[in-house]
Amino acid sequence: MNLNYWSWDTFFDALPVILQGLGITIGLTFASYLFALIFGFLWTFLRRIPNRFVHFIVTWTMEFIRSTPPLVQLFFIYYALPVIPYIGISLHPFACAVLGLGIHFSTYIGEIYRSGIENVDKGQWEASTALNISTWDKWRKIILPQAIPPTIPMLGNYFIIMFKEVPLASTIGVAGIMLLARSYGAENWSYLEPLTIVGIIFLVLSYPSAVLIKKLENRFNKRFHKNQIMKDKGAMQ
Amino acid sequence: MAEPIVTYQDVHKSFGDVEVLKGIDLDIYPAEKVAVIGPSGSGKTTIIRLLMTLEQPTAGDIIVDGRNLWKMEKNGKWVHANENHLRSIRGDIGMVFQHFNLFPHMTILENCMTAPIHVKNEEKNDVKKRSIEMLERVGLGDKLDNYPSQLSGGQKQRVAMARALVMRPKIMLFDEVTSALDPELVGEVLNVIRDIAENDDMAMVLVTHEMDFALDIADKVLFLDEGVIAEQGTASEVIEHSENPRVQSFLQRFRG
Amino acid sequence: MKEVLTISAIFEIAPQLWRGVQITVSILIASALFAYAMSFIAGLCRLSNNFLLRKLTGFYVELFRGTSLIVQLFWLYYAVPMLFGINLGSNWWIGVIAIGLNYGAYLSEVVRSSILSVSQGQYEAATALNMSSFQRMRFIIFPQAVRMMLPEFGNYTIQILKGTSLVSLIGLTDILYYGDVMRSTSLSLSPLIYLTALIFYFILALPLIFLTRKAEKIAKKGAAS
Repeated sequence: MNLNYWSWDTFFDALPVILQGLGITIGLTFASYLFALIFGFLWTFLRRIPNRFVHFIVTWTMEFIRSTPPLVQLFFIYYALPVIPYIGISLHPFACAVLGLGIHFSTYIGEIYRSGIENVDKGQWEASTALNISTWDKWRKIILPQAIPPTIPMLGNYFIIMFKEVPLASTIGVAGIMLLARSYGAENWSYLEPLTIVGIIFLVLSYPSAVLIKKLENRFNKRFHKNQIMKDKGAMQ
Repeated sequence: MAEPIVTYQDVHKSFGDVEVLKGIDLDIYPAEKVAVIGPSGSGKTTIIRLLMTLEQPTAGDIIVDGRNLWKMEKNGKWVHANENHLRSIRGDIGMVFQHFNLFPHMTILENCMTAPIHVKNEEKNDVKKRSIEMLERVGLGDKLDNYPSQLSGGQKQRVAMARALVMRPKIMLFDEVTSALDPELVGEVLNVIRDIAENDDMAMVLVTHEMDFALDIADKVLFLDEGVIAEQGTASEVIEHSENPRVQSFLQRFRG
Repeated sequence: MKEVLTISAIFEIAPQLWRGVQITVSILIASALFAYAMSFIAGLCRLSNNFLLRKLTGFYVELFRGTSLIVQLFWLYYAVPMLFGINLGSNWWIGVIAIGLNYGAYLSEVVRSSILSVSQGQYEAATALNMSSFQRMRFIIFPQAVRMMLPEFGNYTIQILKGTSLVSLIGLTDILYYGDVMRSTSLSLSPLIYLTALIFYFILALPLIFLTRKAEKIAKKGAAS
């Protein structure tokens, strides 16, 4: 093995090995993203509980999860959960990663939902009350359909951000592209090519998605801008 | 009569496919007060934005104090003006904007002091003294350390005028300075403009919708329509004697 | 098993983790400063008139934003010595460079968009006062842009703090490293070990959280005109 310079032989030798982990990496991204999307709702609704004590606890729990390293949180779930007395659940590394990354990013997703809900015009709430619409229908038919669409580009950004955090799961043994690249490197004592492959894969997958989301964002902005103009016109008449 | 301080020679300006100015010829004399009136979209604002170097003319020349604003001579050839050339002329011109454009991160005193100190390298204490005098003149002597966000629209616009005056321009441009104000605040701003017009000897160009006011203080009125000067002369010439039907119908709308 | 959950165990754990605070904090400060410097350099270069400069910095920004920090860290750690035959010195420097370059790329977008979001009227007013393009940037645009940037700089500094935990993977003795060492000898203590580590990180994050909130207030104040 050449230690001092680039080898295309090694590159093409490592490529198929590493690509075997791509399914796991992408699967983990989708699974933990889905988890975060669902868990995010939980935070949003917990924060709406009109009790100052509950509000304080929920806010600071979110702050705690959000501002401490996801890597440490993964280790907690992987190493510590199984040995906590009476709870003691030991999960497959993949499930640990879904739980860890999912919870970590649910705090961000929850904030996005909140901003979306707060941006719904106050008149919409008042109109729903005036029309005597039930709480359930108010949320389902009036508020959420207006709150969610503007947040879609931001939610999309978090999908890409999570995709790039997924290789953290290699540290607890999830056999995605990162773990396969590192073990290939260890076996062949050549890390350069496998790690470069991982970088390229991330670049190839995340860059176009980012461009796509940017386009989506522009389209949404235009649409909402247009609505705003129409609103202004309405106000003038 | 003295030489004009500003001359427009067949000035054209297009934005994309739209020609906003279609050949403007105009002389502005020192200390002359010029009012530019006309319907929206007639190119009024563009005329003064070209002079302030905020837009480039598509064709034609603007001469300021004997020097070509947008062209300079280099190795015997006329080339497009560079930043240094523009700066050497622009110092004589000041402008007040429709939306004030005060610097939000500075107090109103700092708003007035920054440019004389850094652009004209004037002594700080002199500038401070002059700035305070100027802010007192516009009635804001008690607000020196306030930030723009703490002021009303009319107060902001008065600061903007003080800021421009501290630079001692030879030509002051006013771009619809009362259009963004609540009606009850228009008067205080017009009073300051009137004060400047009566007591300072700089040339002034007012783009405005305040018809009565403009006609009252202006030495010369330009009526701009669809990118050309449709009528020009003294206030009474334009108002009372114009035979241009567009001028008449425009004036009628304003004067009921 | 019960003593695992007693408070007294914390007194055993905390001093161990405390040994790593110095490395965590030094990496945090150094890589944050490096990232801030990169962000202004790259952010301004991306706004320059020079085509080549713009494209080159664009490449840097997209490269580091498009791959993850952990990939970049390992790449620098394993690959750079192999590829270029150079030794970056210590692992500490590798950590600082990887984190600094990564977040510098993200922050450069913050710098760029803040400068672009200063309103056109501010440029025009500065021009009308005959400021040169440098003076315009220095006195008018930049001070306003910086106010707008502050909250995002706060947020990203918290991200940098979180990112420092990765340096334990290249053998630096930070908080997480000592936690892992302790866990490997006494697995039953691991819930408390990692909880204590998280609390350590949270305590380090608290001042940053409050600074960020303050920055949000400053940014709101400076925005009105």
